[in-house]
Amino acid sequence: MSDEPHVRVERLVKVYGDRTVLHGVDLTIGRAETLVIIGGSGAGKSTLVRHLIALERPTSGRIVVDGVDVSALNDVELNKARRRFGMVFQKYALFDSMTNYDNVAFPLREQTKLPEKEIRERVMAKLKDLGVEHAAKLTPAQISGGMAKRVGIARALVMEPELLIYDEPTSGLDPVTSRTVDDLIEEMREKFGVTSVVITHDMVSAFDIADQIAMLIKGVVVAQGTPAEVLAVDHADVQRFIGSSGVESSRLAQRRPRRDARELAALARARTPR
Amino acid sequence: MADAPPQPPLLRRALAPIVEAVEEVGTLGDLAGKTLLWALRPPYRVGVVITQLEFVGVQSVFLVGLVGLFTGMVFAVQTVYGFRRFGAENMVGGVVALTLSREMAPVLTAIMVAARAGSGMAAELGNMRASEQIDALETMAVNPVQYLVVPRMIAGLVMVPVLALLFFIVGIGGAWIVGVYGLSLDPGIFADRIRTLIAPADLIQGLVKALIFGFAVTLIACRHGYFASGGAVGVGQATTRAVVWAVVGVFVLDYLITTALTSVGG
Repeated sequence: MSDEPHVRVERLVKVYGDRTVLHGVDLTIGRAETLVIIGGSGAGKSTLVRHLIALERPTSGRIVVDGVDVSALNDVELNKARRRFGMVFQKYALFDSMTNYDNVAFPLREQTKLPEKEIRERVMAKLKDLGVEHAAKLTPAQISGGMAKRVGIARALVMEPELLIYDEPTSGLDPVTSRTVDDLIEEMREKFGVTSVVITHDMVSAFDIADQIAMLIKGVVVAQGTPAEVLAVDHADVQRFIGSSGVESSRLAQRRPRRDARELAALARARTPR
Repeated sequence: MADAPPQPPLLRRALAPIVEAVEEVGTLGDLAGKTLLWALRPPYRVGVVITQLEFVGVQSVFLVGLVGLFTGMVFAVQTVYGFRRFGAENMVGGVVALTLSREMAPVLTAIMVAARAGSGMAAELGNMRASEQIDALETMAVNPVQYLVVPRMIAGLVMVPVLALLFFIVGIGGAWIVGVYGLSLDPGIFADRIRTLIAPADLIQGLVKALIFGFAVTLIACRHGYFASGGAVGVGQATTRAVVWAVVGVFVLDYLITTALTSVGG
């Protein structure tokens, strides 16, 4: 079995005009692992994850996914590569011209040739998982922000992609729904061996779901490791960030037992290719 | 006292408008090229194209018809008033038809489409950009140029000539009503002068113009919406720029096409 990481970020630099947002970021994310990226506002977290899915092109450096440098692909090649990616946007990014049902069905209709009956079953199952099945016929403008967030998550999960990126999936959600979202992220990993990259300010969520945590400050990764390793890092900013979240290190002891990422990666490889 | 921010060199400031104009042409050319490329690639989303045909065409019928009617009417009044000075009011029908077919119908139709559909396109695409819906399309392996721009361009190319033809017919009708019933022109002579003065080439010139205007108006509208930035303010500015530049573009292109077609015998 190959030990090649699923995602490798090498010396990533991003400059907008005269402002450098990312200063040579290096990261590796193993297959079927969940990497949680934490950091203050304006640290470059969203910019970093947008590079992973090639929504941004790096000023210099490489993003290698499955051995392919996605930053070097042309539009047509990228379109093919993105069939294996999914993203949950911070502000939902739902199509306001469609119903919530059609939003979730959209990637299935675009990327598969499934009959409408099966699409319906999958969409309704995912909406039910997230507790928003009653909003299927409404448009995004007719539901609350928290519900729209859940519809956005349903849309990203419905394709069961190999790499899922979540940009603040629990922001704006109540604590109970936040834990439901954490459970779904875990479920995607356990059932399908999905590799997840999660940006969050929610340290409860970070400690619950992360295999790895990376802390970004002013475009530099100042710490990366398991939750226990990051907790032990001797860096004032890291300790201040975690300390001010109010989450105790004892939280780690409450984590559910996690299946090994290698075992899940093997499961993912054994999946029938779509 | 705080230092004043450094100013760019004088030459760079002087050349900035030219550089911006060249960049703008480059952006439009790039978007047009990508649109053509993605228009040829499957999947072909017929449903989305029909929606845009309805938005650009069907929803503009009343507005274009209304403007065409009053344009024909006012043109008849002005031409009768002018031509009576030298006893040539019998030529009114032909002159109105000639002007409508070669100039007024394509130009005013394109301006109406820019104002109604172009502004709508820029605002919709700008909002989709601001709310990350365009990014969402990309992450779902749907090329946004193919999904959003191609159907709008097809709608512009198809519907602006159709609407220009409608403008022409309704405009002639308006001129007829005013000329015959209001200004006592002879209906037989009015119709005869239309037949003798209008050649197929006049209608073709009008339709060719409408086709090119349709392309230009939708390209400019999509360009400003698609690349909008800066939230709600940015979307508002993009919408204004889309309409202003589409209208300016129509007049510039009108001169260029007229010169080109007239010099080859049109």
